[in-house]
Amino acid sequence: MTKIVDARGLSCPQPVMLANDAIREGEFPIEVLVDTVTSRENVLRMAKSKGLQVEFISDGDGFKLTITK
Amino acid sequence: MLNRLTRFFASRWGIILTGAVVGVIAPLLQKYGNPKNMGICVACFERDIAGALGLHRTAIVQYIRPEIIGFVLGATIAALIFREFKSRGGSAPIVRFLLGVFAMIGALAFLGCPWRANLRLAGGDLTALVGLAGLVIGVFIGVLFLKSGYNLGRSQKTHAAAGWILPLLMVGLFLLLVFRPVFSEGGPIFFSESGPGSLAAPILLSLGAGLLIGFLAQRSRFCTVGAVRDVILMRDTHLISGVGALLVVAFIMNLIIGQFNPGYTGQPVAHSAWLWNLLGMVLAGLAYTLAGGCPGRQLFLSGEGDGDAGIFVLGMIVGAGIAHNFSLAAKADSVTDGVLTVGGLSQFGMVAVILGLVVCALIGLTMRKKIA
Repeated sequence: MTKIVDARGLSCPQPVMLANDAIREGEFPIEVLVDTVTSRENVLRMAKSKGLQVEFISDGDGFKLTITK
Repeated sequence: MLNRLTRFFASRWGIILTGAVVGVIAPLLQKYGNPKNMGICVACFERDIAGALGLHRTAIVQYIRPEIIGFVLGATIAALIFREFKSRGGSAPIVRFLLGVFAMIGALAFLGCPWRANLRLAGGDLTALVGLAGLVIGVFIGVLFLKSGYNLGRSQKTHAAAGWILPLLMVGLFLLLVFRPVFSEGGPIFFSESGPGSLAAPILLSLGAGLLIGFLAQRSRFCTVGAVRDVILMRDTHLISGVGALLVVAFIMNLIIGQFNPGYTGQPVAHSAWLWNLLGMVLAGLAYTLAGGCPGRQLFLSGEGDGDAGIFVLGMIVGAGIAHNFSLAAKADSVTDGVLTVGGLSQFGMVAVILGLVVCALIGLTMRKKIA
């Protein structure tokens, strides 16, 4: 089952912290919803630094990132 | 093309470029007229704006600083070009206002924001080391709150016009600067005739510098507090490589143009009462962390439509009024006939810093909302 992290509307560094918590739980794939490009970049960078695969698409007013191993 | 630029600015080289540009520009602004070791200082310059508007009457620190206007509008321009302008707000605004007030009270106990702390150090002012230590401690405390669940809740998308309030306010300030109306006899707009407020680079140079930095910083998300926070929280050195570039480049620039004067006492617009340098920056660092970014970053976010950051900025400007009206702001060291008088805080200022720490701690402890 896909784990969904809704980080829309949260200010720094909450989106990265929530995504990081989900990664630590170790169940993939993880979908992270964010509403700013800044949060998208931050989550992307954090996940890539852990050697994970990340893809994103525009989703309404924001973005949906999918993190996989 | 835009995508490629976005990727570059999101990279480590993007953030280093931003820091390096600030490191070149700030010492030059000083050379062309800004106060010593104050080529750029977000807190000091907002304080000067508060003074120009008559929100405080400290005659030596009153000027509408075009750098601040440029920071916001440069970010607005970048956000519009890259389609990131988005009006949003509603994440505990009154708390953010209060954090802004106390961030300014802390900043004025030290006499500078994190940007100026680095610029002071780059100019040889060793008291800045104490301030930076305070900043790290403040951010560390903030991170503890973040880890225990502190957050101010979600912002919401709002009316497009709402996001324009801060940028348009800056346009209004620029008009006041250019036309210099006098609203009543002996009344605002005030412009200092002596002291730091009277020292300024030419308006267009300051504005241009502000616009360029605002543009770059909006793209690269430059943040002097996020830099420290990310290292403590996640061992992430991305943002701090930008701050490091700022410090190193400003240091080299100061050496080249003869603005490096190492020392601990009697440094320009600084005091050597170490405890209050430290505690002032602990307070400011904590308030910035709880609000999500350094005072510069709050200006850039305001420029891209973030009303919550805008409220924090207004809190800082009002906080400057409070700090000076109630004698909370520090006095700088002064040297008269070779005799050093150490500056620092009044008793009111000391109480205000302690009060600020207590209030910020209460905010950090009590505002833990579960975000599902």
